[in-house]
Amino acid sequence: MKLVTAIIKPFKLDEVKDALKAAGLAGLTVDEVRGFGRQGGHTETYRGAEYQIDFLPKVRIQIVVAETDVDRVVDLIVDAARTGQIGDGKVWITDVAKLVRIRTGEIDIDAV
Amino acid sequence: MDSGNTAWMLVATALVLFMTPGLAFFYGGMVRAKNVLGMLMQNFFAMGLLAVIWAVLAFSLAFGAFGNGGLIGNFDFVGLRNVAVGLGPEAMHLTIPFVLFCAYQMTFAVITPALITGATADRLKFSAYALFIGIWVVIVYAPVAHWVFAGGWLQKMGALDFAGGAVVHINAGAAALALILILGKRHGWPREAMHPHSLPLTMLGTGILWFGWFGFNAGSALAADGVAAVAAMNTFLAASAGMLGWVAIEKWKDGRPTTLGAASGAVAGLVAITPCAGYVGGLSPILIGIIAGLVCFLAIQMKYRLGYDDALDVVGVHLVGGLVGALLLGFFAEASVNSAVVNQGVFHGGGFTLLGYQAIASVSVLAFSLIISVVLAKVIDITIGLRVSQEDELSGLDLSQHSETAYAYDDFGSMGRIG
Repeated sequence: MKLVTAIIKPFKLDEVKDALKAAGLAGLTVDEVRGFGRQGGHTETYRGAEYQIDFLPKVRIQIVVAETDVDRVVDLIVDAARTGQIGDGKVWITDVAKLVRIRTGEIDIDAV
Repeated sequence: MDSGNTAWMLVATALVLFMTPGLAFFYGGMVRAKNVLGMLMQNFFAMGLLAVIWAVLAFSLAFGAFGNGGLIGNFDFVGLRNVAVGLGPEAMHLTIPFVLFCAYQMTFAVITPALITGATADRLKFSAYALFIGIWVVIVYAPVAHWVFAGGWLQKMGALDFAGGAVVHINAGAAALALILILGKRHGWPREAMHPHSLPLTMLGTGILWFGWFGFNAGSALAADGVAAVAAMNTFLAASAGMLGWVAIEKWKDGRPTTLGAASGAVAGLVAITPCAGYVGGLSPILIGIIAGLVCFLAIQMKYRLGYDDALDVVGVHLVGGLVGALLLGFFAEASVNSAVVNQGVFHGGGFTLLGYQAIASVSVLAFSLIISVVLAKVIDITIGLRVSQEDELSGLDLSQHSETAYAYDDFGSMGRIG
């Protein structure tokens, strides 16, 4: 099993989620994060004092998938999340050593 | 007793009281989320502590011995003795119950020290704050109110202050400066970003302040009459013009008009018109407002130049705005607006007499407040300490001073009740 982690632009979440659902994937976990890569931040001004805000809001998606599904899922995410502008994000894959479904106790591939 | 005047003053009392919560949110929105309750608590607590001290003692020190041309009142009205439904001392020529006059003035005694909270934001210990304002209202506010509002030496001399440009704004602004000089800068200031956590709260507070200010200025006529009406119009126009002035210079210098700038400009205009409200007419409030908006915008940069951390610009808006208004009154005061204007302003043929009195009054109040406040702050610092510990400052006043969190949007990580 592999953990697919993607950092995407927040407004792309719905598109990515719909694409994954349409492809039959069961679930995913989402959290709101902040970060920057090549995309710069922005400035804000309060009573003449200018502040540089480096971090931008992003969304992180995490899905555990079977090894055989990894390439398909990565392509799905990349296509749905791409805008062509700087700041589109990244996807990376890591290994999952063990997986357990809490409700039933199923293990590993049966828990995906 | 005039029932019309009494009805209006009952309303005005409520309006001015509403300004203290308004101030609480105006400031509260501008601080970081971890400190918002600290700011709200300081302002709300002023409504508790200072009202009681005023009724028991400070009112008498301010308004006793009315018209004595001196430095302080007396103990005639301690504990609200002889402060009841009667019309009070002859010399005051009141047409409303004396107790209502006391209640109205009480709202001023509450909000004036509360103004200081903007400067000392994020680092003042709550106990030190409570001690400071409790003593300050007696030893600084009451004497100054006596000098200017109760026929004390400044009023006898000929200085004019319709609703408290000196008594409230210069006074509080100077005290704020005194406190922050002893207190020191916030951890991380000015490098670290400390921007407003909720400008919507600030805008709400601004609206409440503007609304309540009609009670502050028009209510200072102590009657429902033509002077009150002029004061109301002047208040309205000065706020509007102040906003335009600030937003205009902000757009020019910083490139964008901001909501915080609009709010600040309106407040600057309101501060400046406070001493002038019942003494000027025509379109002068527009000019006064615009000048206040421009000058205060520039004044708030002083803290970066001179290196003092006036967190929410109490010095830049209230001290400077109060000075602007008090001095402009020396130009615009008009006897046809209010027969109490004995020496008219420069622009109305009065020469520089009034302007001279305004300058003397402004400097006297500023100096007295600054010096006594510095001494009081130092004494409190040496005894119980003014400032929170660095650890407490970093975790935020809400938690460290009040054991509370303002925004518990979820129960994430909360344990159950332990005590």
